[in-house]
Amino acid sequence: MNADSVTFIFLNAAIVNNFVLAMFLGICPFLGVSAKRETAWSMGLAVIFVMLVSSISAYGINWILQTLNIEYLRLICYIAVIASAVQLVEMTLKKFSPALFRALGIFLPLITTNCAILGVALFQTSREYNFVQSVSFSLGAGVGFTIALMLMAGLRQQLELAKVPSISQGAAMTLMLAGLLSLAFMGFAGLGASHG
Amino acid sequence: MSTTDTQSVTQPTPAFNMLRTLGLVATISGLLVVLSYRITLPMIEHNKQMAIERALFKVIPGAISRKNFEIVNNKIQPSGDKPQGIALYAGYDANGQLKGVALEAAAAGYQDVIRILYGYDPYCQCIRGIEVLKMAETPGIGDKINKDRNFVKNFEALEARPHASGKGLQNAIVPVKHGSKTEPWQIDAISGATISSTAVARMLNDASQQYVPIIINNLSVLENQE
Amino acid sequence: MAALPDKHETVTLDTFLRGLWQENPVFVMLLGMCPTLAVTNSAINALAMGLASTFVLVMSNSLVSMMRNFIPKQVRIATYIIIIATFVTMVDYAIQAISLDLYNALGAFIQLIVVNCMILGRAEAYASKQRLGATIINGLGIGAGFTFALLCLGVVREVLGAGTLFGFVLFGENFQPWVIMILPPGGFFVLGAWLLIFNWFRDRREQAERDLAEVQNER
Repeated sequence: MNADSVTFIFLNAAIVNNFVLAMFLGICPFLGVSAKRETAWSMGLAVIFVMLVSSISAYGINWILQTLNIEYLRLICYIAVIASAVQLVEMTLKKFSPALFRALGIFLPLITTNCAILGVALFQTSREYNFVQSVSFSLGAGVGFTIALMLMAGLRQQLELAKVPSISQGAAMTLMLAGLLSLAFMGFAGLGASHG
Repeated sequence: MSTTDTQSVTQPTPAFNMLRTLGLVATISGLLVVLSYRITLPMIEHNKQMAIERALFKVIPGAISRKNFEIVNNKIQPSGDKPQGIALYAGYDANGQLKGVALEAAAAGYQDVIRILYGYDPYCQCIRGIEVLKMAETPGIGDKINKDRNFVKNFEALEARPHASGKGLQNAIVPVKHGSKTEPWQIDAISGATISSTAVARMLNDASQQYVPIIINNLSVLENQE
Repeated sequence: MAALPDKHETVTLDTFLRGLWQENPVFVMLLGMCPTLAVTNSAINALAMGLASTFVLVMSNSLVSMMRNFIPKQVRIATYIIIIATFVTMVDYAIQAISLDLYNALGAFIQLIVVNCMILGRAEAYASKQRLGATIINGLGIGAGFTFALLCLGVVREVLGAGTLFGFVLFGENFQPWVIMILPPGGFFVLGAWLLIFNWFRDRREQAERDLAEVQNER
């Protein structure tokens, strides 16, 4: 069993070991959808939402698999569950909140191949988190993803006005910026240690 | 995927086809997964045993064989197929003499949780060695807890004596500033890596406060297991 | 997206080489970035990750190619994902059986090969339309390109950040490792630098072609 406190897990996933900047999960959307602040915000919300849903379902699935002693099907089940969770979220949103659906709609299919989502499910299993810890972990990861995305979007919007050599435009520049952000986030290390 | 495909509207694939394909694929994948699981299982088990033993014989000097136990309700019992409590490994020498026990401990370090295996000698009532199982400490700074010679020396005989009342330790294990160690229950921290050193001290103290009295009280169980 | 049955590609050397350079999944197409950054803190991890991904890519795409005429369009993505997940699970167990240390170093990123967009992308764009032979050759090429890219990062990061290469010490006692390189920021920096180099090469080649065209126009 794991004795980590819920706040520690949340802070750790959101800031100290930020999912994007320290664990390198969800880099694709991080590079792809971080050009504008509005889209980044919507994407962040969608990810938090799907992460929560899939984390809870993954917890249930893992429990079932463990009871049946067929853990070797875990990966296949997880990816199937996440894909259907995304579909489910999409349909629910469409029916009950068309406004939110219009804001998030186009990002939802993209989320299926976002490794951060599967990452949450896999990490919470390998670290043997209990239910409350899993929920806090997934929320922390989602918040961390959103923070990284928003910071990046803010930077990139400013950067569009800057004059840079043509070869450094696009991904190369974004990666360099991400490196700087990651460097800054390293300063948060040790947060958990003093009051863990 | 909301774009309606004109082709599929004019000539829809029957549901039977989809089910057949999915069924076939699921069967193939199930077969492959179970097959590879069965083939690799003994090798993986062997690897895991080797990894545990390698760490175990490092933290219990003189041990050459081991037995698995677990702590359930403050009692030590041989572990069964399903883990129920805290795992505890006992190491024996060639004559079947108990040399020490090893337990896992963990605490939050600088970057992430540090997880170690430590060996406890119930006869000298001290910790005989630690082995880091998992950490993400900064290379060159925090990861010295594994290598730094002065730091590792702390665990040649780190006192962890149970309190006379049978609860907790007589002297808590505490970290002290580098070079100021005076008592056998103090840990000389690595200068520049205080947080990582403190984490090791804290996890050893927490674990020992809880388990050392249990180990001492149940020593006969451990000794009798041949 | 019109999924017209494209012409079957005849297998040439280019089928293989394209993945290595022109369509390099990391440097040109920017696919599969998560493992590229996460596990390249040493050359051996990079190599293992590259080989594991190549195996999954080739095997799953072969299966997709063999079944391409049976898979109904509506369920194709689901089918591809199941196939990929199967091979990833196999690789996962194989690596655990070979070396636990390697498995612990790569961590969850072995299982995360499932969501590597490179593999699903090749299944959708290439394997579902091409014959088995071409798919295998192309998959090997893309896999080699991916491994090459990972090694590019892994070697630079390990040499600078730890002063070793594949675990062998390269420099003397007095070498002060540039630790930041094997930490997360280093991954971003090194990949960014490689992309700069690649962009520069491409720019120069395009410039040369333009100049050549101008010269020919003047004549």
